[in-house]
Amino acid sequence: MDSFATAFAEAGALLVSFDPDFLSIVGLSLRVSLTAVALACLIGFPLGALVALARFPGRGVIVLLLNTFMGLPPVVVGLIVFLLLSRAGPLGVLGLLFTPTAMIIAQTILVTPIVAALTRQIVADLWVEYGEHLRSLDAGPVATMTTLITDARYSLATVVLAGFGRAIAEVGAVMIVGGNIDHATRVMTTAIALETSKGNLSTALGLGIVLLLLALAVNAAVQIINASASRRAVLA
Amino acid sequence: MSGPASILPLQVSHLAFEANGVRLLDDVSFTLQAGRRAVLLGPNGAGKSLLLRLCHGLLRPTSGEIRWAIEGRARRQAMVFQRPVMLRRSVIGNITHALAVRGVPRGERTARAEAALALAGLSPLARRPARVLSGGEQQRLALARAWATEPEILFLDEPCASLDPAATRSVEALIEGFHAAGTKIVMATHDLAQARRIADEILFVHKGRLIERGDADSFFDAPQSEEGRAFVAGELLW
Repeated sequence: MDSFATAFAEAGALLVSFDPDFLSIVGLSLRVSLTAVALACLIGFPLGALVALARFPGRGVIVLLLNTFMGLPPVVVGLIVFLLLSRAGPLGVLGLLFTPTAMIIAQTILVTPIVAALTRQIVADLWVEYGEHLRSLDAGPVATMTTLITDARYSLATVVLAGFGRAIAEVGAVMIVGGNIDHATRVMTTAIALETSKGNLSTALGLGIVLLLLALAVNAAVQIINASASRRAVLA
Repeated sequence: MSGPASILPLQVSHLAFEANGVRLLDDVSFTLQAGRRAVLLGPNGAGKSLLLRLCHGLLRPTSGEIRWAIEGRARRQAMVFQRPVMLRRSVIGNITHALAVRGVPRGERTARAEAALALAGLSPLARRPARVLSGGEQQRLALARAWATEPEILFLDEPCASLDPAATRSVEALIEGFHAAGTKIVMATHDLAQARRIADEILFVHKGRLIERGDADSFFDAPQSEEGRAFVAGELLW
């Protein structure tokens, strides 16, 4: 119990010390996860909207896969990306293994199905409401998708944050493809795992607290966005 | 209004529509000329909404034909629904969106939207979110939105079914405005009093069939069909 309190105190000190190593770990975490989420949205929004609106053979299978892949185990994604990027793998020549780029790729694969599956549901629901009006206007596919994604923006903001929560908190994929190399590919979650196993509980806990604060900020952002959206009566 | 040749007359021949093996419309034929306000009259479930949606192209007929005088017809029509579809945008945003979809140049959209809002008496509400408007205001916005797209024919599906008398009056005044501007009005309603106020001609629909068609005055004075007589007399028809 005493060591727990000590760890907390040291964690607090670490937080306010602005230790450069510590900051670089937090910075890399944000860089990797934010980039991955941005890429996942770039793919997932149109993909989700397309699956929601288009009727084509095999659509049911894609919906099933997207929903299943929402729960992809990070270590499995890590392993697959590792195999792809390793020297002997099909993309080995790119030399990306154990770089932040590899981590971004792995997290993008992890987050894209979440963004696409949730977007599909949101866009499909909105289509039920908007469909006849948009068809009455004779809106083309691009105008239709743009309208639905624009008008679902508040719900989609929640999707973005859900994706970010998934990316920033996962450890399995970035550990495998990043390698947890100091000053190169070490992020918060891999650092926590390492410091815990080394017995540096205060450092681990300090990083854990930052992670929790980020989660708090993310959830607060969701709540504020939703509150302002319902105040402006655009959510319901 | 948006081109030299008219898309009217609209010719509907032997139209039928089935859903899940149930025949909901059967052998409906009529021609709609420009000008006179046409009202599809009939009890709930007669197939009026279905008929409007088929004419407007929102549904595909099971058999039969819907022929406009010229092609490119979709963009010269508009439809207003019983429950107005309000985009999650401002009042004026709802109109500029429709104009953008229809390819109106960006520079013209705001002016056209403002003109339409002024006509519908909604100018003070232009910046409000559309979805906080009252039911009557929303229906007026739907009409203003249709107005801005300058349709040659306007389909209305029970536009006043959930409105109070005052809102109904203002909606009817707007419909009158469309008529005065030369837009062909085709409205579905089950409301006899409203049909009397609006209709120049009546298409009486019952159980998926066009039972009779004629001038509003002669229909209300002396319906030709058994069903028409019963409906005008206010006796329930099933």
